Amino acid sequence: MRLVRRGHEPAWLPVAAVAVAVLVTVALSAIPIRLAGANPRAAFERYLLVPLSSTLGLYEVMLTATPLLFTGIAVAIAFRAGYWNIGAEGQFLMGAVGTTAVALNAPDLPSWAALPLGFVAGGLGGLAWAWLPAWLKRRGAIDEVVTTLLLNPVALLVVQGLLNGPWRNSETGFTDSDRFGAGYDLPPLISGSRVHWGFGVAVVIVVITWFVFTKTAVGMQIRASGQAPDAAKFSGIPVARLRFRSALVSGAVAGAGGASQVMGVQHQLTQGISNNYGYTGIIVATLAALSPVGVVLVAVLLADIAVGAENVSLVLQVPTQLGAIFAALLLLTVLSAMELRHYRLARSGRRRHGATPVSAEEAS
Amino acid sequence: MSINVLALLSAMLTIATPLVWAGIGELIVEKTGVLNLGIEGTMYLGAFIGFLVALRSGSPWLGLIAAIGGGVVAGLLMGLLTVTLGLNQHVSGLGVTLLLIAACEFAFRLLYTGARPTLEDKFQVLLPDVPVLDQHWLTYVAFLVLAPAAWWVLRATGMGYRLQAVGENFEAADVAGISVTATRYVALMVGGALMAIGGAFLTLAVLGNFTLDIINGRGWVCIALVIFAKWRVWPVVLGALIFAGTDALQLQLAITKTFSDIPRELMLALPYLAVIAALAVWGRKVHYPASYLQAYRRG
Repeated sequence: MRLVRRGHEPAWLPVAAVAVAVLVTVALSAIPIRLAGANPRAAFERYLLVPLSSTLGLYEVMLTATPLLFTGIAVAIAFRAGYWNIGAEGQFLMGAVGTTAVALNAPDLPSWAALPLGFVAGGLGGLAWAWLPAWLKRRGAIDEVVTTLLLNPVALLVVQGLLNGPWRNSETGFTDSDRFGAGYDLPPLISGSRVHWGFGVAVVIVVITWFVFTKTAVGMQIRASGQAPDAAKFSGIPVARLRFRSALVSGAVAGAGGASQVMGVQHQLTQGISNNYGYTGIIVATLAALSPVGVVLVAVLLADIAVGAENVSLVLQVPTQLGAIFAALLLLTVLSAMELRHYRLARSGRRRHGATPVSAEEAS
Repeated sequence: MSINVLALLSAMLTIATPLVWAGIGELIVEKTGVLNLGIEGTMYLGAFIGFLVALRSGSPWLGLIAAIGGGVVAGLLMGLLTVTLGLNQHVSGLGVTLLLIAACEFAFRLLYTGARPTLEDKFQVLLPDVPVLDQHWLTYVAFLVLAPAAWWVLRATGMGYRLQAVGENFEAADVAGISVTATRYVALMVGGALMAIGGAFLTLAVLGNFTLDIINGRGWVCIALVIFAKWRVWPVVLGALIFAGTDALQLQLAITKTFSDIPRELMLALPYLAVIAALAVWGRKVHYPASYLQAYRRG
């Protein structure tokens, strides 16, 4: 048996591929659950259904999804334009740093001034962090994968350096910043829950992105720059400039995510402010096929699993990392299935591997 | 101010060792045109499996062998994703890193909830009474065997020639009868094993225990070193020594209290910033392997 590229692809095939990938992910995740001595069926009920079956659980899912919405849509904006921003992690952190810089220097601002200022400072922090790789890409054609990636550990070192030095907590001496003034507390979106206005801001950004992508000429040009850059250039679309701007917007959105997290959840800068949200954003955007609606769905799914994982770790003693295992497995299986769907199994012919140099020329 | 130069050199060699192992591993993989961002996770896996097996069996040697096995499997997984399926290299690599780290953390939390176990028998330094040369055998092998061997293999052997042919022009390599798939798989498995040894060095030789932040970005440092070295072996080793030297110096300064207000974080950020600066200066002249980030499809 061997794999042959399909001539014709039925419309249901992508859906089936994703379904198979989800099944494979569930089956593979059952292995660590079993190793932890829990019943996979009972565990999956808790991962998927329990968080969504109570109002309180639903609120926790919304809270957990908030940073993923920011980083997911940020990555989707850049990837759409064909700019491989791997740096949402660092941009998120620098957004948190930007907000903290404002909050520590102007602690007594009233919230009508503090909250917008906090978001602007966070957005600028992320934008500034995204600027250098984007500029290097535009000016010197320097590959952005490596530069954006390498700035992530640098951003974490900036956070650690600030917390070990000037921003060390003045009361406890711990490596957290001082608590922000009350004006910087993002108010709850739903009263009586921990869901804060960061969720609302994220949804607004997602809607705007959706609108720009689907309803505007710029959105079409961005899509063209990502999918067929040469054709786009030929038809007069300024590909390099669009990518540069998309990269900056992407950084700003990730930075706003950092602002949302410090002002909505932690109320101070901590070393663990980004729980891998930037990297998980790449998973979110990729699984969403870079569509804004998809980002919402995937962010909520991964948040659901993460909240479920907290619950399962308390009740069934399965470590919370199962949420991260599930997310990474889902990424790899969905990508694999979406690629494999282009092929079908065929009975092996006599042709030996390596006997067709012609095809190599065709590929060039 | 008094800096203990001998202690400094000794610490430098120890800190550089995992970077040399994993950096050369990444170099071999990138020579074939594959960017393996699974390196951070592969080092983590090596550190964890090495520790786990050494703890259970009482033998660091068995731990090292298990770590190598884990590294080869991680390389196979990267090969399945990026070579056989031809998926996007950076997304696959990050996915592998996230998966491996989450899986190891999961296992560690599951097995050791309370007390932190420590290896009773870890690798001991050779020549403990000689300054600077009081190093682990894995350090000696890294500098005296691995680096020269990698240099020689890449420069003067058929295997090295095939690696570079695939990295520079995989269509031509294919026409010339070199299997792109096999070459990339071999590089990924060998590279994965070297990365895992780099990680295992930390648990089996230096620390004797496992912590959740054990790798702490060392894989990303290696990605930086390989580019900084323009895909050449000795500059990777040199870069690792420079990075380790600044880190060791910083530790010394912190002890002597003379310059303790230079933030250590700034020093630790240097390799990353140096690479970005170098890329900016070299600009378009940086010669990436021509098939970098590309999957090979034969029509």
